[in-house]
Parts: sequence; structure tokens; C-alpha cells
Amino acid sequence: MVTEFIDPAVYETLFPEGITRYAVGGLFVGLGAAVIYFGTGIIAGASTFLESTLSYVSDQSRFQRYRYDRDWRIVFTVGIIIGAAIYGVFWQGELWTTEVQPARLLLGGLLVGIGTRIGKGCTSGHGVCGVGSASKTSLVGVMTFLLVAIGTAQLVMAAGVNP
Amino acid sequence: MSGPDSQAQSPLFLPLVLGGGILFGFGLGYSHMARPEVVLDFLQFTDFGLLFVMFGAAIVTGLSFALIPRLRSSAPLTGQEYTRRLKSFDKNVLIGGAIFGVGWGLSGICPGAAYASLGIGNITILWAIVGMFAGAYVQGVWRSS
Repeated sequence: MVTEFIDPAVYETLFPEGITRYAVGGLFVGLGAAVIYFGTGIIAGASTFLESTLSYVSDQSRFQRYRYDRDWRIVFTVGIIIGAAIYGVFWQGELWTTEVQPARLLLGGLLVGIGTRIGKGCTSGHGVCGVGSASKTSLVGVMTFLLVAIGTAQLVMAAGVNP
Repeated sequence: MSGPDSQAQSPLFLPLVLGGGILFGFGLGYSHMARPEVVLDFLQFTDFGLLFVMFGAAIVTGLSFALIPRLRSSAPLTGQEYTRRLKSFDKNVLIGGAIFGVGWGLSGICPGAAYASLGIGNITILWAIVGMFAGAYVQGVWRSS
């Protein structure tokens, strides 16, 4: 349908894998958040889990403020893993592992863990739920991390780091 | 967001959260966001599909946040009032967002996608999950004091 509006060659360049998998996957992500919202009134992001789970092992006030949230957030995360595993078993059909170097994953993860908590949200909290709430704070947050991430990834590519 | 009694509201509370999580995680698997390489393809301008994931999901949440409060006044399993996700703006949104962006651009991983990545068999992603917990811990200790 999109191909009726843009040149097929341009479409192929922008979306070499098509858009169906992305759009359908995105609808499921939104549906998952919507189901939880309907049943509980909770707007669930993925990154608070990091701090709420740390409340089991640390008495720091930053983590203890999430102690009443920590059980359901573990259940939410387990659900995310199970849902992806259903895709893995029935669609992917084999185990998949990344080629991105462990050092990049560890350092990137460290910065993601720091940044998402200071910045009040991640790609699901700001990106999906905050944007869905038409929150100006979230729109600014998304623009900030999107532009910085693009700049960083372009530098990584220019430096020849691959994978 | 939720009070001390939130888990005790209904026996269906945790099963519903699990079900929502399963849909959410399936979407991250199906959209290939659980693969850091595909996120990096977007950030490096070789495949713009990620835009459809983020905005596709935001359209669904946007519709549900707008319509569900018109159907009911409070959530059936918790009695909680329906609100929107509106966080106050301050410079932390920019500072944290920038730090997040460097990490995201370096690794191609974000929290939800990293959990989902475990589900598709990507055991290597544990490096990133360990990193995220360490990062969350460091900022928590720093900001608690």
C-alpha cells in the first residue's frame, strides 16, 4: 500500500525488509501496554524494573520507593521474555544470538541503565507510553535520545566498529 | 502509579500483567527489535522500519489512553483512576536522555528489547542486562545520598 505513494526503489532503500513485521510488531507492543492499562490503570514502561528489582537487595531510597511495584514488574518482564520466546519458537524456529561485541553490550547497557533512570524513561516509557500520552516531556526525551543515538551509531560506523 | 495494596486488588492482577507482558514481548520479537543489529540498522540509516514499531505502538497506546477513560471511570482490577503518562520536565530529561542515547547508539539495546532478546535465545545479551543493572545501581546510589 505504501508503494503506491512512493517510488518502489526509494521504498526498497528505506525499508529493505518491508514494513509489515515492524508495524505488526509495534501494534502488539502497544496492545500489551493497552491491556495492562485497561485492567489496572497502570502505564507500564520497561526500565523501572531495573530499580524496582534492585530494591530486593539494596536499601537505597532510590530503589525502595519502588518496593510496592517490584513484584508485578518482575511478572511483566517475565511476560516479555515469554512473549519473545513464543515468537522465537513458532516464527524464528531457532536460537538467535547477536554478533555485537560483549564490550559494546556491557558499556552500552551501563549507559542505558544510568540514562534511562535519570531521564525518566526509556523507549517504552517515553517512546511508546509517553508519546501515546502526548506528553511534551516525553516528546523532548525521545527527540534527545533518538538524535544522540543516531549520532553515536554513525560515529561507531565511521570508526569501522563492526559488529 | 500504584500503592501498597496494588498487588492485593484482584487475583487476576498478576495474570493480566503477565498477559500484557507476553503481548508486549511478542511484539518486540516479531518486530525484530529484540535484535540489536536491526536497531543499529535504523540508527545507521540502512532500515527505517523501527519508526513503524515506535509509532505503531504509540498510536495504539494513544487511542487506548484516550478512549478507555471514556468507557469506565476506574480500572476493574485495581480501582485505580485512569491517567496519562505525564512527567515533569527538567534538565534531567535532557541529561539522562543524552546518556541513554549514547548507550543505545553504542549497543543497539534498550531495556524492553533486551529482556525480549533473552526470549529469542540471545544469551549474549546478558552482558547488556548486567550493564543496565549496574548503571541503574550506580545512579541510584548516587542519587539516594
